[in-house]
Amino acid sequence: MASGSQKLPAWADNILLPALNLLAAFLVSGLVIWGLGEDPFLAMSLIWDGAFGFEEGISYTFYYATNFIFTGLAVSIAFHAGHFNIGGEGQAMIGGLGLTLAVFMIGDVSPFLAVLFAIIGAALFGAAWAYIPAYLQAKRGSHIVITTIMFNFIASALLAYMLVGPLQRPGGQMPESRDFPEGTALTPLHELFGSLGIMFEEGPMNVSLLIAIVCAIGVWFLLWRTRFGYELRVVGQNQGAARFAGISVSRMTIVAMMISGALAGMMGLNELLGEQHRLLGNFTLGYGFVGIAVAFMGRNHPVGIILAAVLFGALYQGGAELAFEMPSITRDLIVMIQGLVILFAGAMEHMFRKPLTAAFARFSVREAV
Amino acid sequence: MEFLADLVLLTDSTLRIATPLILTALAGLVAERAGIVDIGLEGKMLASAFAAGATAAVTGSPWLGLLAGILSSVVLALLHAYVSIAQRGNQIVSGMAINIAVAGAAPTLANFWFRKGGQTPLLSDESRFSAITLPFADTVADVPLIGALYSDIISGHNLITYLTVLIVPAVAWMLYKTRFGLRLRAVGENPEAVDTAGISVSALRYQAMIIAGVLCGFAGTVLSTGLGAGFIRDMSAGKGYLALAAMIFGKWKPVPTLLACLLFGFVDALQGRLQGIELPLIGEIPVQFTIMLPYVLTVIILAGFVGRIQAPRASGIPYQKDR
Repeated sequence: MASGSQKLPAWADNILLPALNLLAAFLVSGLVIWGLGEDPFLAMSLIWDGAFGFEEGISYTFYYATNFIFTGLAVSIAFHAGHFNIGGEGQAMIGGLGLTLAVFMIGDVSPFLAVLFAIIGAALFGAAWAYIPAYLQAKRGSHIVITTIMFNFIASALLAYMLVGPLQRPGGQMPESRDFPEGTALTPLHELFGSLGIMFEEGPMNVSLLIAIVCAIGVWFLLWRTRFGYELRVVGQNQGAARFAGISVSRMTIVAMMISGALAGMMGLNELLGEQHRLLGNFTLGYGFVGIAVAFMGRNHPVGIILAAVLFGALYQGGAELAFEMPSITRDLIVMIQGLVILFAGAMEHMFRKPLTAAFARFSVREAV
Repeated sequence: MEFLADLVLLTDSTLRIATPLILTALAGLVAERAGIVDIGLEGKMLASAFAAGATAAVTGSPWLGLLAGILSSVVLALLHAYVSIAQRGNQIVSGMAINIAVAGAAPTLANFWFRKGGQTPLLSDESRFSAITLPFADTVADVPLIGALYSDIISGHNLITYLTVLIVPAVAWMLYKTRFGLRLRAVGENPEAVDTAGISVSALRYQAMIIAGVLCGFAGTVLSTGLGAGFIRDMSAGKGYLALAAMIFGKWKPVPTLLACLLFGFVDALQGRLQGIELPLIGEIPVQFTIMLPYVLTVIILAGFVGRIQAPRASGIPYQKDR
């Protein structure tokens, strides 16, 4: 690469560059808010207060962040293997289906076992839904981006069918299942804190957050501390080299995508087992797509992903509060900001790289003199 | 006789449903044949549906609406082109970003201007492209067969649907019979060769994206001012992705793509008619399965079980002069 001859220091690459990209996205968003006749700085502070200003707000922020950690990790592990998994949305839906089936099958026997099997069911179904596109990519050369998009639509129709058919709440009209049996739920964190003697306001944040963090650590360990992870990254960097080194590219593609699908599938732990306690049609609400933004913002590193997930969680929660305070702003604005972040942090990530590299080069020359 | 009436109705709604699909699929086709993957069809369609709906509501003119629809879509197409060509960014990410940003921006602006919960006001018949009754349609309506064919199927569509009938051969002619089209296809297969011949790869790809933008602009406009009467939230409802599927189904060729769009349109129309009807042997088909059908078919095609398919070789790969 012509522009990459001079390398940026790691801190500039990993912190300064994403920060600049984020700033650019916020700048454009600020202009839009200003164009809507509101004060962007006031909006910013309202978002901040809404997200972190009170305990229930914090609970919601981390509740949303939990979803984004799962979907962000899902996008990033596929990305490390050189694939773009746009199917997080569908994998999360089918994961939710697996979770629900496990709960209804075992829930009346033992709530504890049901929760355990629900977690396994979510991961397994999510992985299975990712397996087909991965297999088709590895063995038949079908482009994974297109197949995962198709599988999102198929998943959505399948879930809709289950929820107005076999799984519908008896006598109900809405596309939703009956409630999960008593006790089959992941404990809210405020209850957990309470049992430790710490008072925390009631909120939706639940044990899934801890599971998500454990998953992040697991992904980090897998990618950077195991032979498997090394091979996976080699496949992502250079398929030819991987083949030459005797790594099976198609096997790696399939395994990486299945882990990705499992992670996306586990999003249901937070939404369904943690908060809703029933299966809802389209409960994923585009969170699978937010994972793309989170993965790019977080530089595809678990630590970055957790930070980016909290950022997006804060935007979602703060944005909801903002919509109350400012009449001309709706929650749609947050969706737009999210799109801008993907644009600046993902698609145009090199925009500031060249000038920044040039600036650093000049600076280091001057220092040498 | 009832069967015939059903068939007439089905064909009529197939044409209506397929119109935006055909235009959008052609947009994707032109972009990909020039070497740019455009996942952002959905966003462009939604943006132009909003711009057209809003402009037509304010000015009362569907033509100004069409202009605004095309303009907004072209601006987004150029943004995607800039990211893909100048920035050499990830084209999939750029397309997704545009889709998501528009899904948020359109209802935000609609709410700001019209205060109707993210919609634009209902359009009157004068401010939209309403159904056109072709000459003599009323006179021949009672003639058997010809009446059904001419008055019920061919007559009574909006202007953009008729335009689409002209646009498809025009795009095919441009791609296969003009020098520009030859170069455009070459730049999607082998940009190095085009560059060696002294023709600008970037310029060709920008031009292709402008064409794609114009086509998506028509598609979005027909949604809010032809088929509908105003913009509503998430109006494109995945049609941009379905168009992408149709383009692959049509193996990146105009006429097969047109047929794929008509097939998908027919499936969609059929689904409306089949609701609540017991079929012999199979019984009632759940709506969700007919919704799934186009996507499942595309996956099967993609998997190469039905003939070989080959995407344009350089599609999705940014071109670097100094390599």
